[in-house]
Amino acid sequence: MADLLPEHPDFLWRNPEPKSSYDAVIVGGGGHGLATAYFLAKNHGMTNIAVLEKGWLAGGNMARNTTIIRSNYLWDESAAIYEHALKLWEILPEELEYDFLFSQRGVMNLAHTLGDVRESIRRVGANKLNGVDAEWLDPQQVKELCPILNISDNIRYPVMGATYQPRAGIAKHDHVAWAFARKCDELGVDIIQNCEVTGFVKDGNRVVGVKTNRGTINTEKVGLCAAGHSSVLAEMAGFRLPIQSHPLQALVSELHEPVHPTVVMSNHVHVYVSQAHKGELVMGAGVDSYNGYGQRGSFHVIEHQMAAAVELFPIFARAHVLRTWGGIVDTTLDASPIVGTTPVENMFVNCGWGTGGFKGTPAAGLTFAHTIATGAPHKLNKPFALERFETGALIDEHGAAAVAH
Amino acid sequence: MLLISCPNCGSRDETEFHYGGQAHVPYPENPSGLNDREWAEYLFYRDNTKGTFAERWLHSTGCRQWFNMLRDTVTYEIQAVYPMGSPRPDAGGNVSARTTPENGTASTAADSTTTGSAAPSTSTTSISSTTAPEGATP
Repeated sequence: MADLLPEHPDFLWRNPEPKSSYDAVIVGGGGHGLATAYFLAKNHGMTNIAVLEKGWLAGGNMARNTTIIRSNYLWDESAAIYEHALKLWEILPEELEYDFLFSQRGVMNLAHTLGDVRESIRRVGANKLNGVDAEWLDPQQVKELCPILNISDNIRYPVMGATYQPRAGIAKHDHVAWAFARKCDELGVDIIQNCEVTGFVKDGNRVVGVKTNRGTINTEKVGLCAAGHSSVLAEMAGFRLPIQSHPLQALVSELHEPVHPTVVMSNHVHVYVSQAHKGELVMGAGVDSYNGYGQRGSFHVIEHQMAAAVELFPIFARAHVLRTWGGIVDTTLDASPIVGTTPVENMFVNCGWGTGGFKGTPAAGLTFAHTIATGAPHKLNKPFALERFETGALIDEHGAAAVAH
Repeated sequence: MLLISCPNCGSRDETEFHYGGQAHVPYPENPSGLNDREWAEYLFYRDNTKGTFAERWLHSTGCRQWFNMLRDTVTYEIQAVYPMGSPRPDAGGNVSARTTPENGTASTAADSTTTGSAAPSTSTTSISSTTAPEGATP
């Protein structure tokens, strides 16, 4: 039988009216916004704060991801922030007093070409140097870990091995959002839903307020956590971001008995699959190539990923797709996030996580809260400042991040 | 999936095309005079419009020619297809310009409001300026 889901706590969060003024306002009530508010309250004692969400809580990308958590990134800066996130994931269920079913079932990244093999072995080495758990598996070991995988050598892109991160896994994204929201509320944070930001109030170059469809809110600090819409907000505030928004879609099958014991990702044939606690196969692939704000993706992406999935997992050939959905991901030219200050005084931005925002949620929140509270970068988000596009100190995770962006 | 009207080959599936990002981004006129900020702007900063967006596409598995397109990034409606080097047809975004010319080529008039029907073009009429690099035109 699939896992039983835990009972929710009786009380989740209030639904308050916005006050006329706060010490800080976080724009975006998804995972990153809620985590930021939580760490602002917990680590920096800032409790007179609000999280504004234009729709319902965590209904944007947070509800539209494939729930995978891992930290096997190539570059030191990325490994540091994602590994810190993974360490937080390991303690957060207890800290937030909410079981969000973090399941460390491991993640495999398959290699299908000699180039893949070399990149993968290099990444295993880089991960080990950075204290990230990583192993190289040959095809037989891949088969032992995930028996439904087809490792025969007569398919178009045979499995030549895989990297494996045993501590990686999945968590139930809705429960993660609710866990953060509940603790935020407990600490006094106002979570305001159906509150769309329509502009900003500035005094010279300093932001002093947020205009919303529920009135103007005065505030000393603003943190933008709006993922796909970050550049829309930045434009309202009068600056540009090096961000392009693309639709990224995912899909699930109907429920199955447990057949898929780990997470399998393939960059080369581009599909990634895990089995949710209830039993759905959760699959994803790449972004649509063009800019888009519509929360749906192209059908040819689904065709492509289905072909890859069925070749790798012949057992899936008769599974039915139940539903598909799309999120809007904000991509940067170096496939790394932007966390830090902006050209507008007292306005901070956390964006550009592209296709990898969910796994980074706790570290994004922790470091962004530090930046908002102190006005200075945290040592983990310092390399991810907006200035890197001017200095040239890019963190180029394209391909290196074990999955295409 | 988008059905894109290539000015040379007619309507084809999106999978035949390659996306080239924002249109009308000229190469700097005086590259050696740019500071780091200005280089960053040229290399990494592009508009990320929510709404009508002018962008470049390459018909990579067809005529292998670049062309420009106006597309709504929310509804994905394709509003115009026009040659590289031509000005954006609907600077004001007005409804009368939300059309594709019948012969697959856009008027070169910056404020054209007289271009054909909104139906995807199936014409094989070639356009002359497709190979001109974007930055080479004023």
